[in-house]
Amino acid sequence: MATIELEKVEKKFGTSYAVRPMDLTIKDGEFLVLLGPSGCGKTTTLRMISGLETVSDGHIRLNKRDVTWAHPSDRDIAFVFQFFALYPHMTARQNIAFTLQAQGVPNNEVKQRVDNVIKLLQIEHLVDGRPGTLSSGDQQRVALARALVRQPAAFLMDEPLGALDADFRETMRAEIKRLHIDQHATTVYVTHDQIEAMAMGDRIVVMSAAVVQQVGTPQDVYHNPANLFVARFIGSPGMNLITGTYSDGQIRLSAGNVYSVPTPWQAALQRGIGSDGKVILGFRPEAAAVSANGELGAQVYSSDLHGSFTMLHLNLDQNEIVHVRTARQTSYPIGSAIRFDLDPRMVRFFNPQTEAAISHEVQP
Amino acid sequence: MSDIAIHGITKQFKQVTALDNVSLDIKNNEFFVLLGPTGAGKTTTLRVIAGLEKQDRGTVTFDGQPVDQLSPADRDTAFVFQQYSLYPTMSVFDNLAFPLRSPLRHVAEPEIKQRVQKAAELLRITHLLERKTARLSGGEMQRVSIGRSIVREPRIFLMDEPLSNLDAKLREALRVELKHIQKTQASTTLFVTHDQIEALTMADRIGVLREGKLIQVGTPNDIYDRPATTFVAQLVGTPRINLYRATRENGSLHIMSSAIKLPTPNADIPSSILMGIRPEDVKITPDGELGGEVALIEPLGVETVIHIRMGEQTLVCLVPGLMPLMIGETVRFDVIRESLHYFTTDGDRIAV
Repeated sequence: MATIELEKVEKKFGTSYAVRPMDLTIKDGEFLVLLGPSGCGKTTTLRMISGLETVSDGHIRLNKRDVTWAHPSDRDIAFVFQFFALYPHMTARQNIAFTLQAQGVPNNEVKQRVDNVIKLLQIEHLVDGRPGTLSSGDQQRVALARALVRQPAAFLMDEPLGALDADFRETMRAEIKRLHIDQHATTVYVTHDQIEAMAMGDRIVVMSAAVVQQVGTPQDVYHNPANLFVARFIGSPGMNLITGTYSDGQIRLSAGNVYSVPTPWQAALQRGIGSDGKVILGFRPEAAAVSANGELGAQVYSSDLHGSFTMLHLNLDQNEIVHVRTARQTSYPIGSAIRFDLDPRMVRFFNPQTEAAISHEVQP
Repeated sequence: MSDIAIHGITKQFKQVTALDNVSLDIKNNEFFVLLGPTGAGKTTTLRVIAGLEKQDRGTVTFDGQPVDQLSPADRDTAFVFQQYSLYPTMSVFDNLAFPLRSPLRHVAEPEIKQRVQKAAELLRITHLLERKTARLSGGEMQRVSIGRSIVREPRIFLMDEPLSNLDAKLREALRVELKHIQKTQASTTLFVTHDQIEALTMADRIGVLREGKLIQVGTPNDIYDRPATTFVAQLVGTPRINLYRATRENGSLHIMSSAIKLPTPNADIPSSILMGIRPEDVKITPDGELGGEVALIEPLGVETVIHIRMGEQTLVCLVPGLMPLMIGETVRFDVIRESLHYFTTDGDRIAV
């Protein structure tokens, strides 16, 4: 059981920031994901929480206790790394038991706790082998067991699935999440993979260039990105973003396209657009629907099958490609003209100068 | 551009059979993708076609003519690798022009200039032509590598996981562009990858390789809708296809360790089979015939992955958007019968 609070926590290396001052409260039992590209500061944040990295300023509290300068081993936090650091000369079972034995836990209790965690992770068939004989997925399961057996107040995980191949990642992703649902231990999980973050997180902290860009539920960051970075980073592909000029309820886009702004947004745009009248229209690929009399027109650049759906890539003009998700089996020749409409509940707008989302009070 | 065929290719490396009697026809202007896990023989196939590796048995023909005796240079193939190998001190222009300036080619400078310009436009790197390649990003370098193969106008492009080193967003963008270029330039391309999404989205046809054997050749639709084996079924599609042992009892198929029974598609089906259900073929609906308990919800934004517990089995399903469900809740669902997959217990597809 643990609540973790970060108050104005920052990390500087010389004069450059690895993490700019951030405030964050991780609730008891929460699964919080730190997401961002490499170098964004997510791992440094995790390491500061663990005590493996000192803070340059600010405070970290674990269950209201200030642990800013506490030794890592005094924080009652278990760390799971991308590369499972297992002892090669011990069996998997010995690896799992090792930390407890080192802590002087009585032997019968060690056995019981190790047995419990082995059962929980369903790795009975693996525990007599040495790590070298196990697949990478199974090694990561053993590493996870070793962290779980400690029954720490919180788990910190640094891209624990990063070294696994795609198949295994999907399976392990579900296993870790399922484990969290059963155990409800506070977990901070670092990844650069937005799909993993969406699938696992109760909340996601999106970071870029040492700055927290947005904190929100998967739904928040997907449907209401705070700025252009989040809009692009979340989703595969990211949000379509096209620039135009706003006036009188309409956005003039390239190649003669004109988009009529839904009425509830018009006042917000009047206030929120850039000083030059420019605005960025954003919509997810599933927010567009191909229709013979659609409001916007484009040419097919390419179209492709993704298994359960087809993705259309449309050229609005030379350098502007938008992605539209359609039902499977729809096929359009390259170069053919297409018209489409946007679902008015799923359009978003951004100020090109500040890159921030323009908000309007009533979110559809 | 050319038709490329390989016939009965076998290649042995010491004890390991890298390719086992592989035959393949790649049509003129086709985008053919070889898909398979590491060690399946994909790269070896490319190298045999390029002449970089000599097969133990079998023949390679270009436009019906055997090329087995030709050196790699005389086969006129263009290779694009995962690791871009550009000359760091040369400009992008000179890197692109390099293959054409080979003394063997005798291409005049004005034509070189024209071909480099055209390739640069296709790959949107015109603004980089004067820059030294050492100062390019990974994505830009891979564009230049692809450009360098395009200027040559070879008989076939051989691409060995060219997108694997790029980050996810860049890979997505280049995938779309590469397909567009291939289609508009109509160039015969053999593209190797372990990434099923690359294969499904780019290929005209896919060949699935496993342990040196060609398992199935077909269009992306064929491979996805009618996988020849459970291996192929599990290789394409994400989340992965649900696969269960099922037994035939009184005209219905019973999924083992669950209460799920589905009608048999026909009377000939063996008494013990493997049944495949694609996640998107499960429809959650209040009046569904089947039931289970929600074990896990993974909201991906555009769609949600829901894990349903049924007895000791888990069914992974994919629903559009967000579904207001709670973990532990009981849900009703149907599966689209016509989209079910049946395999023998050895993993071979049963046609129904």
